[in-house]
Amino acid sequence: MRFGVVVFPGSDAADCYYIIDQVLGHSVSYVWYQERDLNGFDCVILPGGFSYGDYLRAGAVAAVAPVMDEVVKYAEQGGLVLGIGNGFQVLLEAGLLAGALRRNEIPRFRCHDVFLKVENNTLPFTNSYRRGEVISVPIAHGEGNYYIDHQELIKMEQQGQVVFRYCTEAGEIASEANPNGSVGNIAGICSKKGNVLGMMPHPERCAEEILGNTAGLHIFLSILNWLGINRQEGVTVHG
Amino acid sequence: MAEQKPVWQEMGLTAGEYEQICELLGREPNYLETGLFAVLWSEHCSYKNSRPVLKRFPTEGKRVLQGPGENAGAVDIGDGQAVIFKVESHNHPSAIEPYEGAATGVGGVTRDIFTMGARPIASLNSLRFGSLDDDAVRHLLSGVIEGIGGYGNRLGVPTVGGDIFFHSSFKENPLVNAMSVGLVDHDRIVRGRATGPGNLVLLAGAKTGSDGVHGCTFASEELSEETEAPAVQRGDPFLEKLLMEACLEVMEKGYVVGIQDLGAAGLTSSSAEMAGRAGTGIEIDVSLVPIRDEGVTPYEIMLSESQERMLLVLEPQDEQAVKEIYSRWGVEATVIGKVTEDNIYRLRDGDEVIAEIPVKALTDSPVWYPEQREPEYYQEVRSWKPDHLPVPNDLNFVLSQLLASTNIASKEWVYTQFDHTALLNTVVGPGADAAVLRIKGSPKGIAMTTDGNSRYCYLDPRRGGAIAVAEAARNLSCVGAEPVGLTDGLNFGNPEKPEIFWQFCQAVEGISEACQALDIPVVSGNVSFYNESNGEAIFPTPVVGMIGFLPDAGRHATGAFRHPGDKIVLLGKFVPQLGASEYLALVHNLETGKVPDLDLEQEKRVQECCRNLIRNGSIKSAHDCAEGGLAVTMAECCISGKMGATIELPFEGREDNFLFGEVQSCIIITCTPRELADVLQTAADSGISSLVLGQTGGNHLIIRDTAGCVLIKQDVEEMEKIWRGSISKCF
Repeated sequence: MRFGVVVFPGSDAADCYYIIDQVLGHSVSYVWYQERDLNGFDCVILPGGFSYGDYLRAGAVAAVAPVMDEVVKYAEQGGLVLGIGNGFQVLLEAGLLAGALRRNEIPRFRCHDVFLKVENNTLPFTNSYRRGEVISVPIAHGEGNYYIDHQELIKMEQQGQVVFRYCTEAGEIASEANPNGSVGNIAGICSKKGNVLGMMPHPERCAEEILGNTAGLHIFLSILNWLGINRQEGVTVHG
Repeated sequence: MAEQKPVWQEMGLTAGEYEQICELLGREPNYLETGLFAVLWSEHCSYKNSRPVLKRFPTEGKRVLQGPGENAGAVDIGDGQAVIFKVESHNHPSAIEPYEGAATGVGGVTRDIFTMGARPIASLNSLRFGSLDDDAVRHLLSGVIEGIGGYGNRLGVPTVGGDIFFHSSFKENPLVNAMSVGLVDHDRIVRGRATGPGNLVLLAGAKTGSDGVHGCTFASEELSEETEAPAVQRGDPFLEKLLMEACLEVMEKGYVVGIQDLGAAGLTSSSAEMAGRAGTGIEIDVSLVPIRDEGVTPYEIMLSESQERMLLVLEPQDEQAVKEIYSRWGVEATVIGKVTEDNIYRLRDGDEVIAEIPVKALTDSPVWYPEQREPEYYQEVRSWKPDHLPVPNDLNFVLSQLLASTNIASKEWVYTQFDHTALLNTVVGPGADAAVLRIKGSPKGIAMTTDGNSRYCYLDPRRGGAIAVAEAARNLSCVGAEPVGLTDGLNFGNPEKPEIFWQFCQAVEGISEACQALDIPVVSGNVSFYNESNGEAIFPTPVVGMIGFLPDAGRHATGAFRHPGDKIVLLGKFVPQLGASEYLALVHNLETGKVPDLDLEQEKRVQECCRNLIRNGSIKSAHDCAEGGLAVTMAECCISGKMGATIELPFEGREDNFLFGEVQSCIIITCTPRELADVLQTAADSGISSLVLGQTGGNHLIIRDTAGCVLIKQDVEEMEKIWRGSISKCF
């Protein structure tokens, strides 16, 4: 399996790279924002960070970087694309996912663990979770307030595109568990086809025993699992 | 009409200094040269008041790879790896423009770390503010916290710890000290030296504007209503991140002979210091410096404190390769001069020589020996006795008051605004006694903390200074780390006032004594004087930033109670005092009394014992007994463990003293009943006292006296609400 981690100026690409390389022992390369070739990657990750400083709207400048043309094509061909934090913002700005991320309702940066409910466990990214499972994952963002209009939201819910929601430890989707004011407590969504996932929480930051939590590792294990099965069945992921 | 002051006086030089400059040059300096002397001889750059006193610090040790004098200090952590760290103040800029002042403070100290070739892996901050009852203070604090986060979060360097203390003396002159920590291989440490005549001098990073001109003379004055704020520098963390990556790559590839960041006094100090350390000369052509604003004068170019700039010395054949690396990261890099062998600091504007000064004359500033005098309050506060102090009837209420005190309450509102999990190293994050980071690719870990009790230091600067060191070391020991090095941020009032200079000397003495006794070298630091507003000085505040080493990052402890039924043991000799305590200040409105006794030999043993117990896995939790006394320490362990406890205190005398009085060299630990005997034996073998207080469990913290009388009974969830909500409800 070969992963590509896209590097925009200002991205924190090293964290995802480390998990794939050192924790999972799979092949991974950085993909510089000016590159135009995603051939041979089984999954492309848009990492967290502050691309271009996020001085404009978060992710807006990165969304028009040369590599994004290729990411869009790659996704259209069914390739797996995972956007985390800033990467989620870039995916929205690039039109690969629906909706928008606004400044947190209380306009401050927030960094702490949150509880997430896994709403859809049939995806390439979530198949090693149980449906309805409650996991603890850290957030670290100032613009994670997901918005989409009501009708679109209902459509997305019906199509299983709402993947993670902020919840209490007991799994209730309650307003006190919502760290940023997101519509419907939404923390992560996917594309209609399910091959593009964007999420604000950082699974790569909770993927090792030494850091006290391995809940996030299952995102990566799900991807490997899915790629493994689909390869056996001879399904090409892209191209 | 008022008489016009001479230029040198306007720039902050004294008549004696000006005379000395004329003697050194054999002529009168021109305007630009006068400006160069004024900034390099300012206290902020030259440490002219503090230098002789700072010599008192022990700076050597078996792990020290780089002591004071470079951009930052370095200590060995084995396997050819080193930790680089430094604390720096940005107090006055933060008072004027809290967001940018704090942001550029983080940026500046982070540059000091990657200048040494190290990758920054963590930041901390030590903050002092006035009371949160005050609107202006809340505005300052919000701005500073946003600024630290706005810069640090964007850099992608986690902010993992720090400390904050509120007191009215900081109302208009807050303290914002930032610490940065980096990791590097020994053979990759790069120093700030302009060696090799003929080598090129390259300026990388932001264009130069007129911002921050005279920032360091501003830092060397008191704040007053008439203070004319110079343009506070603006930070660009995005550019800093690119600059950092590019500089690290250039250094990694071995192209760098010497490198230094442009901080206070910008290009002037960085170039003069690099030549000074190397014993060379340097020549810079100001017309080659890329400028941001039209019409910037050579004087402004040399003194600008525009952020995100680095000065590099390279061999001529590497110029193209280096420029290509910067270009790939989108960072401007321009050759602006060269190293010479004539020991002269020479500035050109094209063909014209506009300044020519022996390097030594600039860098070897005069040394002052200010007068010191014991302040009148000192003997008075020492003679205070609690005899007439009433013991409150409702001790539960006092505990609630203390938990709600902004000095004791949870600092969550502050640290959740900082990204503390980036880079995947944070094993123990903010809110604990110390942060623990793992070192990737090894079982090792490092721990870090900042400490300094401003009230103790006011009441007794010598013991307060010693306690700052002891407490920082104790906090590291409570997570299982062995202290290996220290950086200090010394924040004081105007040193020209004898009482202030006395506080400074006493504090340095105290720090030095503790460092010697605990065997912890001082490897870097920063002095910030003139922290006064309208003639009133801040509480003297030496901040201690300390690094500890853990052979196994997995073998650490936190203060949280872990399992019901565990035994609670007090390590150390428990002799609490009411003097100088948070309780005395909060409940009785008194800031007086003797600061708690400190027996450094006992301190060392208690810490060693605690570390050993953590390393061999026999204890479940450890928490330093600090502000608020034993009752607050117990409450904190309960709250963080979400678990109650029942203890019995076999002490005589006033209940408020043994519940809320403060003490040094004491740690609360827990262990399973089965391991209790071993733990007590280890304590006895270490030559320290230990006392079994009770056990964990239930939903309440219950504290009884020997007669079985319940002194404290509080629901843990209730305590948590009070403790967590106190600061956030102010905003």
